[in-house]
Amino acid sequence: MKIIVDYDLCESNAICMGIAPEVFEVRDDDLLYILQENPPEELRERCEEAARRCPKQAITVED
Amino acid sequence: MSVLVAGASLAGLSAAETLRKSGYESEIVVVDRSTTLPVDRPPLSKQILSGEWALERAVSHSHGKLDNWGLDLRLGSAASRLELDPLRVTLEDGSVLEPEGVVIATGSRPRHISDSASRLQGVHVLRDLAHTTALRSDLESSSGPVAVVGAGFIGAEVAATCRSLGHEVTMIEAAATPLVRVLPAPIGQYIAGLHRESGVDVRLGVGVADIVAGPDGHVRGVAMADGSMIEATIVVVGIGVQPNVEWLEGSGLDIANGVTCDARCVASPRVVAAGDVASWHNPRYDRRMRVEQWEHAIGQGEHAAVVLLSEMGFAGSGEVGAFDSVPWFWSDQYDRKIQMAGIPDASDEMVVVEGSIEEGRFAVLFRRGERCSAVLGVNRPRHVMQARMRLEQSLDWDGVISLFD
Ligand SMILES: Cc1cc2nc3c(=O)[nH]c(=O)nc-3n(C[C@H](O)[C@H](O)[C@H](O)COP(=O)(O)OP(=O)(O)OC[C@H]3O[C@@H](n4cnc5c(N)ncnc54)[C@H](O)[C@@H]3O)c2cc1C
Ligand code: SF4
Repeated sequence: MKIIVDYDLCESNAICMGIAPEVFEVRDDDLLYILQENPPEELRERCEEAARRCPKQAITVED
Repeated sequence: MSVLVAGASLAGLSAAETLRKSGYESEIVVVDRSTTLPVDRPPLSKQILSGEWALERAVSHSHGKLDNWGLDLRLGSAASRLELDPLRVTLEDGSVLEPEGVVIATGSRPRHISDSASRLQGVHVLRDLAHTTALRSDLESSSGPVAVVGAGFIGAEVAATCRSLGHEVTMIEAAATPLVRVLPAPIGQYIAGLHRESGVDVRLGVGVADIVAGPDGHVRGVAMADGSMIEATIVVVGIGVQPNVEWLEGSGLDIANGVTCDARCVASPRVVAAGDVASWHNPRYDRRMRVEQWEHAIGQGEHAAVVLLSEMGFAGSGEVGAFDSVPWFWSDQYDRKIQMAGIPDASDEMVVVEGSIEEGRFAVLFRRGERCSAVLGVNRPRHVMQARMRLEQSLDWDGVISLFD
């Protein structure tokens, strides 16, 4: 599984961090950092939920 | 076996997707009054209205995925009647469905000041893409002043967008501070200040008597309750919404303020509700609430779908508990991103935990005894989200404040 974030769309509102903090982190500079680009399979469901809830549709989960 | 979902917007499609994800393979009929798929609404008062985004970007999240879900999607098909026992839904075209379960997700629509005012040229509300394109076209063709009636979220965002486009803007609010229904007064005052700094004429604590037409049937301005008149060639009315519940009249459901549900979002056996239309008892706050927010519609749609499967005795669905969410929303005004998680009371103590209100970048917690009821941030997304994660575990004050030591 691969996580791709379109940084042109991302507005750093941290919704994804609230759902999968192991993968997404918004830091004090207000930018989003991906902690694991290829998270383990057990995080798939939460990564997909993060993609669904991202108000900017900035997250893609690839197989 | 089948499920009927009334409303194909955020809450309804979230419920339909969840039914499929949970392994429900029977028929799912999704009906919507609208002849086109509903759009994603938040950009309608922000990026689409300002012209920053092309119209296509208001397409809802689900569009790309709909084909995979195998739904019987019937657009231009409104539900007009619900009977509970046996469960039966009549559509406007007269057809009758007898589903095994029903999801009510018919959302809400804007309130108008009066029927006659709503028909005047130059008077707008904002809910659908057509509303935004109509307002945008007026903003492009008229340099005249804009009056925004109501300083709720949509009103405040529209005022910010119109001002940023260079229009003269007056924002009128009957309450003493903007956003009074959701935000405590000090934050409302901050927002009023933000608009004033940007050059908006903010009138608080005065009601609107009427919208006034010129001889040509075009709006001329807003007559205020104190006898004054605010001239405007464009008037945007943002005085709140009313839930779409008329089709449920006579069903036996309580529809006094949206569809009354229990803590699990159940309105009646095998009938659930979600999104703007649903009023439920949130045990986390021990309070009945109806939340008109984007992420809430997704989350409650998911929850209601799982509960419905359990109500229908769907194999493997198990027991599902109450929907005890910590609601979260954002609002963009000028270059400020306002976010809040939780439900503060007007009388809660406000504690600044990051930054300061003066610098325009801060986070505050709301305290009531030993409980933290909410966190609010302006350009502080990380702090809001961290505090929200704590609030979802517990509203205990010590647990949340310890994040900010
Ligand atoms: C301009 C604007 C900006 C917003 N900005 C934000 C924001 O920044 N942040 C935030 O958190 N929230 C925001 N919101 C709120 C958010 O968009 C709503 O809470 C959300 O759309 C609610 O989704 P819903 O599915 O419950 O209802 P709706 O989106 O209202 O959908 C209900 C659907 O039901 C259909 N329907 C109605 N009656 C019937 C019937 N009898 N039969 C069949 N179908 C029917 C309607 O056609 C509609 O498609 C904004 C809303 C607006 C209008
Ligand atoms: S939810 Fe989307 S917009 Fe928000 S920080 Fe994550 S990727 Fe960015």
